[in-house]
Amino acid sequence: MILGCGTCMTVCNAGGEREVSLLHSALRLAQSRDGGEIHSFQEYTVKRQCDFEFLEVLVDRVKEKEERGPSPPPPLSGEGRVDAILSLGCGVGVQTVAERFPDTPVLPGVNTSFMGASKEWGVWDERCAACGDCRLAETAGICPITRCVKGILNGPCAGAKNGKCEANKDMDCAWALIYKRLERLGQLEKMRRYYPPRNFRTIPRPRRLVSKSEVPGGSHG
Amino acid sequence: MAKSLFDEKLNSGKFLVTTEIGPPKGTDVSEMIHHIELLGDKVDALNVTDHQSSVMRFPSLGGCLLIKEHGGEPILQMTTRDRNRLALQADLLLAYSRGIRNVLCLTGDSLDVGDHKEAKPVFDLDSVQLIRMIRTMESGKDLGGNDLKGKPEFCIGASVHPAADFIEPQLIKFEKKVAAGAEFFQTQGIFDLDTIRRFMQYARQFNVKILAGVIVLASARMARYMNDNVPGIIVPQETIDELASVEKGKALQKGIEIAAHLIKTIKEENLCHGVHIMAVGRESIVPDILEAAGLLTKENKK
Ligand code: SF4
Ligand code: SF4
Repeated sequence: MILGCGTCMTVCNAGGEREVSLLHSALRLAQSRDGGEIHSFQEYTVKRQCDFEFLEVLVDRVKEKEERGPSPPPPLSGEGRVDAILSLGCGVGVQTVAERFPDTPVLPGVNTSFMGASKEWGVWDERCAACGDCRLAETAGICPITRCVKGILNGPCAGAKNGKCEANKDMDCAWALIYKRLERLGQLEKMRRYYPPRNFRTIPRPRRLVSKSEVPGGSHG
Repeated sequence: MAKSLFDEKLNSGKFLVTTEIGPPKGTDVSEMIHHIELLGDKVDALNVTDHQSSVMRFPSLGGCLLIKEHGGEPILQMTTRDRNRLALQADLLLAYSRGIRNVLCLTGDSLDVGDHKEAKPVFDLDSVQLIRMIRTMESGKDLGGNDLKGKPEFCIGASVHPAADFIEPQLIKFEKKVAAGAEFFQTQGIFDLDTIRRFMQYARQFNVKILAGVIVLASARMARYMNDNVPGIIVPQETIDELASVEKGKALQKGIEIAAHLIKTIKEENLCHGVHIMAVGRESIVPDILEAAGLLTKENKK
């Protein structure tokens, strides 16, 4: 089963319904070129792969043993049980699907790279690494963790030339941007302040967030 | 009491000369020992570079130990690129216990410019945080707040980039390094006197010693390459033209002349507290530069 995701992955053209169908054709083509119809494919796109609730619709399609229940399953478009799920979700989606279907191999269909902003059509820039200790209030809304190659907190290294980063001439030096924006906002004193070493344990890895507010009808964890 | 021989000289008012040695890529240290013996008594201190330009080599700490063995005053270059706070502190404990008392605190070049581009960048700390970490250790605590059994004491240096094309943020960082406790600075390469004059007009208000970084260029091609590929180096067009103007095979000689002239003028006009000579892989020409700059005494002309 080639499994798409209807949220972020659709928006960034990496794993929505359209990509699922393209990949499906490509796989079928490759298979027939190599001779032999060994695998049969089915496609499906859930609303969101990172949420168990949205994976329930897959139960009858994947047909893991324990899910078949006492009565025979309803007729399906695909034949029998799913041998493997090729997930076009991000890394979070792949893992959520894997957790939901313990007896089915789940394979990643994309290399999840980063959380980005869509700069222009077809261009995404990384903006946040979800570091758990947000600096944006001090850095004029420009993230030094993701946008500076070194992720340093106390100002620029000596490597920038023409405002570009030493590691990549196409990328702006984050600290040059931060300086200019702080200056414009009249907040340069924020850059003069000393920032101590980062706390890499703001949320210990692997990270879990437990909501402290009461969710009506919901459970914690 | 002075923390090291170099610390003593820093406060003596003498015009200081330091240079640096690049360790080998491999276990054969014979050439490095030769360079240590050649330069050890001709300069006030010898830096050992720490995987300069993110190119993996024999460690800076190992080079400093060899300087202790073979004569000379080492400055341990230490970047935060490859080691987290545990490893950095451990190296400092080892360095101190073996008589290495000067540290140059750097963030380090990005891995993208080196020969292990796929490695995991560390940068647990930045250069300012590294300086503060050492000052914390000197108070008898490690960075986790635990007591140290025996505390180190270092003469701390840092770098500054007076020739940067966007200078204001660099100066903010410089001031943070001063506030953190840096005692001396080796500047990134400087090629014209105006840059150092301008910078010193500003920097004299701080109680730190400034050594102007002097890079020896071996050819116009090398200068252009550095402009394109080496972080922190901006060679002005005039210097490139000057190197290109001499006949083939004479460019290195010209490069030595340019460097020597720069050093001589800095000293004569008392522009800053000293110089740091970077011969980038040509350590053996440093005596020629010193000679041409009039910095060799009778005893060490050998
Ligand atoms: S500092 Fe950067 S990486 Fe961290 S939370 Fe804020 S935007 Fe995200
Ligand atoms: S050039 Fe700027 S963005 Fe690049 S590593 Fe240095 S400070 Fe960070």
